[in-house]
Amino acid sequence: MSRDSAAPAPGRPGIRSGRPVGPQARRGSVLRRFLDGGLLLQGGVKGSPVLRLFARWVRRPLLPAMRLWRRNIQLKIVVTTLLMSLGVVLLLGIVVIGSVRNGLLDAKVKASQSQAEGGFRAAKDKADTAAAGARDGATADSRAPLNTNNWMSELVTQLSSGGQSAFDVVTLSPPGADSSDSVRGPRASGGVLDPSVPDDLRERVDQMTGASQEYTRIVYEDGKGSQPGLVIGKQLTDPKGNAYQLYYLFPLTQEEKSLGLVKGTLATAGLFVVVLLGAIAWLVVRQVVTPVRMAAGVAERLSAGRLQERMKVTGEDDIARLGEAFNKMAQNLHTKIQQLEDLSRMQRRFVSDVSHELRTPLTTVRMAADVIHDARVDFDPVTARSAELLADQLDRFESLLSDLLEISRFDAGAAALEAEPIDLREVVRRVVGGAAPLAEHKGTHVRIIGDQQPVVAEADARRVERVLRNLVVNAVEHGEGKDVVVRLAAAGGAVAVAVRDYGVGLKPGEATRVFSRFWRADPARARTTGGTGLGLSIALEDARLHGGWLQAWGEPGGGSQFRLTLPRTADEPLRGSPIPLEPEDSRRNRGLSEAGLPLGGGAGKLATVPAQTAGTSRVPSPVPAKEPAASRYAVDPAALPGSGARVVARGEAAASAAASAARGEDAGAMDAPDERSGPADAAGGRGEGSGGGRAR
Amino acid sequence: MKGRVLVVDDDTALAEMLGIVLRGEGFEPSFVADGDKALAAFRESKPDLVLLDLMLPGRDGIEVCRLIRAESGVPIVMLTAKSDTVDVVVGLESGADDYIVKPFKPKELVARIRARLRRSEEPAPEQLAIGDLVIDVAGHSVKREGQSIALTPLEFDLLVALARKPWQVFTREVLLEQVWGYRHAADTRLVNVHVQRLRSKVEKDPERPEIVVTVRGVGYKAGPS
Repeated sequence: MSRDSAAPAPGRPGIRSGRPVGPQARRGSVLRRFLDGGLLLQGGVKGSPVLRLFARWVRRPLLPAMRLWRRNIQLKIVVTTLLMSLGVVLLLGIVVIGSVRNGLLDAKVKASQSQAEGGFRAAKDKADTAAAGARDGATADSRAPLNTNNWMSELVTQLSSGGQSAFDVVTLSPPGADSSDSVRGPRASGGVLDPSVPDDLRERVDQMTGASQEYTRIVYEDGKGSQPGLVIGKQLTDPKGNAYQLYYLFPLTQEEKSLGLVKGTLATAGLFVVVLLGAIAWLVVRQVVTPVRMAAGVAERLSAGRLQERMKVTGEDDIARLGEAFNKMAQNLHTKIQQLEDLSRMQRRFVSDVSHELRTPLTTVRMAADVIHDARVDFDPVTARSAELLADQLDRFESLLSDLLEISRFDAGAAALEAEPIDLREVVRRVVGGAAPLAEHKGTHVRIIGDQQPVVAEADARRVERVLRNLVVNAVEHGEGKDVVVRLAAAGGAVAVAVRDYGVGLKPGEATRVFSRFWRADPARARTTGGTGLGLSIALEDARLHGGWLQAWGEPGGGSQFRLTLPRTADEPLRGSPIPLEPEDSRRNRGLSEAGLPLGGGAGKLATVPAQTAGTSRVPSPVPAKEPAASRYAVDPAALPGSGARVVARGEAAASAAASAARGEDAGAMDAPDERSGPADAAGGRGEGSGGGRAR
Repeated sequence: MKGRVLVVDDDTALAEMLGIVLRGEGFEPSFVADGDKALAAFRESKPDLVLLDLMLPGRDGIEVCRLIRAESGVPIVMLTAKSDTVDVVVGLESGADDYIVKPFKPKELVARIRARLRRSEEPAPEQLAIGDLVIDVAGHSVKREGQSIALTPLEFDLLVALARKPWQVFTREVLLEQVWGYRHAADTRLVNVHVQRLRSKVEKDPERPEIVVTVRGVGYKAGPS
């Protein structure tokens, strides 16, 4: 039961989707289903939908039983045992009854045959005597002519009187003869009716000279009911030389009774045997299955992390050996994990201790350096510069140390979330305010979009601020003097902040590697702020701690976007982000929308939840038009990220708007691979589409 | 402004450096290196402020802080190498007014010390009411139905800040700036811990605060009077 074990839950008729489509696959699955137990039950009906519906209707109430059958080995074995023992008992019964019947009947048949032979002989003698008497009748007997009618009646009475109702006698005329006259009419003793003699036996007797026999049911005229019996018949001639048939009927009532008794006894015994075997199988299987089930339960608990779980072992049999082996395995596992945990704890402890121990002397050094630094105007230039270098590098050392400590805290799982409802706009404003000096130095303008409405989420303000500070500072630092856009949005149980820059961007594959520890985009590039290389790793851990996402998107030369998505409440799982990871003004999106094409697979990273504010998606182009836009477009539209939407000629505006709308619809069907498709998808697509109308 | 500062730190180099910096800023530092002797030194020197290292030989900083707080409301600033929430909160709950994480810059330290000392400078005669409390700002006293409630200077400042503008909701950042004197936002855990301490003293039922009310998602405000 591989695929079909995923049969639809009761009440959910959705099996079609999971079906393999190819004919090969279908044949295979039908075969398997057939093997698994009944073509019809398994829903393998190919015919009309009515039939399929019927099959499903029949199947549904059986599903729990089938599931039990699949899952319960005890049931399987017991049922198999029952069926097999039933078969054996039936076979045995048939054989026994057959031989008993033969034994009982043989003697009876032999006795009957000799009795009948004697009778036939007596009848023949009587007829011969009567015939002889008739020839001499004129002399010996005055009664003439010979009354055949009376003779026959006499014969029947005489013959049957010797049997003491152990048998009855019937005379019949041969099948072809006219039986209407009273002479040739049927006669019978003991109230036996002539239909007791089967017609085919009469035919046979008519054609053969010897005796014939057959089993039949003897019917009586007085309504006693019928009885099983043996009929032996022979064709004879009466004194007048006419043929008649004489039948001996032996009732087999006694034998039938005996056979019935034997049958009843056998059936009862067989039933007992079957039931007992079933019970024995159940008990025996239980002895084996119980420890196996226990082992399964213990294994489950072990894998759930309860490493102290052990199996109970009694005795020395195979099951006990299984238990011992299992326990040994668990013990070894436990020890190993403990060792690793200890090692890891020691290492983390070491990192933490080192960080802490370094802090006190570092404080002294720091203070001393600051004192020296403050007094550098009195020094000669070389010493003064040295003091500056000392102070700068101490800053760097300090931030490295604190980042290291922070990372070790995450690694140790010691980071605690202090979530409370905060307005992300406040945090963003603080961060942007804090980054203002650096931005000014770089000639970058940082703008905030989507802050018309509160963007509230349960989050740790300190951590979120740290993440956003990191993102904004990074964006400013790598933005090459171009604008940085911080966008906020809230929708569908999630809030998001995206930081977009238009700098060097990221090469393919770098979007995930940026979060690696001590990873640097370009080792040759000069660092101005001297980051520690741990910033984004810490940011990622911070996001994870919130149950949120931190993701990066970038294209070489087209800038990058970092998106932080947080659940609105701390314990709510994220299903999507209100902001698309790939910004609308990415080179690919622009290229496609300007060409009037709907977005293909590339649209996968569009928003999955509708943006809360219409204004959010109606973003003015981030790059200020310092030069006439058309002239830049003429040079190289792709080289100016974000400006593409602005430089489309007026005549094309409608086309591009239509393209955007198409993209919007497309986006509804698409979804980022890392984001579960939410019910709000289609709405999200439309929201984006209306935003796409900005392409003017 | 002159001020006596008691430095409780076992690291002699750091203590000496602190001394240099403090003297350079015009404070009068005195030193003690042992937690057991800290209380005696405190009684003897009667400082205006205590700089207390959390990790000390003998009695640890938390214990020292508790002892000093038991007999005086003098501002206590903790020096700590650990910025983990647990450590910070334990330190603050033992009675410290502020903390500063190593390594710190001399200017930052001095700014914090000054902020803590500035508090008792300009007592303007003023009567405030918050809930059923009556606050005499100049007299530095809080009374409920004539019963005086003992608050540390910092708790008093916090209460006064809230009581002066009962219509306003204070974010933690604003409170940090007004009460602690931070220019730019620092750790809001300071505010949380001190609000709890304040509530434990002034509220009838700290579980259901009526004087200092939490405004979810924003901050705190004074309860209706």
